[in-house]
Amino acid sequence: MSDLFSKFDALIAERAGVLSTGIRDPFAIVMEEVLSPTVAMIQGRETILLGTYNYMGMTFDPDVIAAGQDALARFGAGTTGSRVLNGTYQGHKECEDALIAFYGMEHAMVFSTGYQANLGMVSTLAGKGDYIILDADSHASIYDGCYLGNADIVRFKHNSAEDLEKRLRRLPAEAHKLVILEGVYSMLGDVAPLKELVAIAKAHGCMVLVDEAHGMGFFGEHGRGVYEAAGVADDVDFVVGTFSKSVGTVGGFCVSNHPKFEILRLVCRPYTFTASLPPAVVACAATSIRKLMHAGDKRERLWAMTRTLHGGLKARGFRLATETPESAIVSVLMPDQETTVRMWAAMIELGVYVNMSRPPATPAGVFLLRCSLCAEHSAEQLATVLDRFAMAAEHVGLFRQAAE
Amino acid sequence: MTDRATIYARIIDLIEPLNPKGVALTEATTFAGDLEMDSLTVMDLVASMEDEWDIVMPLNMLPDLETIGQVADAVTKLVVK
Repeated sequence: MSDLFSKFDALIAERAGVLSTGIRDPFAIVMEEVLSPTVAMIQGRETILLGTYNYMGMTFDPDVIAAGQDALARFGAGTTGSRVLNGTYQGHKECEDALIAFYGMEHAMVFSTGYQANLGMVSTLAGKGDYIILDADSHASIYDGCYLGNADIVRFKHNSAEDLEKRLRRLPAEAHKLVILEGVYSMLGDVAPLKELVAIAKAHGCMVLVDEAHGMGFFGEHGRGVYEAAGVADDVDFVVGTFSKSVGTVGGFCVSNHPKFEILRLVCRPYTFTASLPPAVVACAATSIRKLMHAGDKRERLWAMTRTLHGGLKARGFRLATETPESAIVSVLMPDQETTVRMWAAMIELGVYVNMSRPPATPAGVFLLRCSLCAEHSAEQLATVLDRFAMAAEHVGLFRQAAE
Repeated sequence: MTDRATIYARIIDLIEPLNPKGVALTEATTFAGDLEMDSLTVMDLVASMEDEWDIVMPLNMLPDLETIGQVADAVTKLVVK
């Protein structure tokens, strides 16, 4: 029977094909218990978490938990309202103040998720007759922000300063333009050449928005992100980020020095027309953000762990998406869908959780097993992970296949 | 050379490498339906057409451009402008 769901038939058949081989569904993992930022129980097995973006391990930080528990008891389970009506509590202001302190900027707006932060900023900043110029590999939330708005959308080749320049030259000089970049691209874990890209954007009179979702906490002197490490803070007009990675809870934000920034609270639909974050969440976020300002030790550990994993996988013959460890994401290149699924399944059976990524989420049709590090991973856990990767590769015949 | 016929012929050249199944390419051939192109492939094709004629084809135009003929019309308009 044909109905509205018929358009999904090809995907349904593809999934049924994969699952009929008896393999566990990579997109239906349930964590029965979470023991720490790096360990959870999955199907009764203690599993090392190597794909959670919990970079700084703040999810179980005692101060963060205490702040959340206190706010839950004092302010209740939820706000039941929009930020612009009854949904702004003391905790939301404190969370925005923490962001202002962390980023050294004048304004901060907290959204309910990182997705909504991009959806809101992108769709609201650029309107009819304006131009958005975005990297081809931009996150889905940035593309969706484009579709929600009315600007003309121009896409440039991933991380290519030359291509950005070429496309900016074709645009009318008098039009208002917003260039959207990300510090770290989460699929391959590669870092953007922000110094070059931002310089070109500014030379063409564009405003610049940088998404630092995967860079906050451990890039740059203050952990603000790749843009800080690249020394372009003065030329970045908006930084968008999330609480669901280094901060360790959920939520999104934008910080800026623009003098008219506050008006966005009234015109940004994904901010206005949704309920605000629960009191416990903003209390956790504010506490975590303030602790991340002084997390030098954790940053160093995270980078050390990343180098260990990247080097260890390379030494064992795996092909990685970046030649050197550029971020806390280490992506292992896989040859095809079937091998990726079998490798992923072998890893989960061996007690290691990584992300499986496939097109269209990945660029250029690549299949990936994506690992993200946590400052709380122990050397022993990483040694286990490297062993298991080698065992899984042996089990699925990954290198035999590659040699053929 | 920027008349529609020349542009149409060049568009066919650009699509050919993205047509492994050898679908017949006509004015009415659709990108998503007949050529089974995913959105990323379509966006890359647009980038190559932008570079070919030094024009801007914003992505928000794409929902209205379903067939090769429609794309040829759009490119011709942009080139003449």
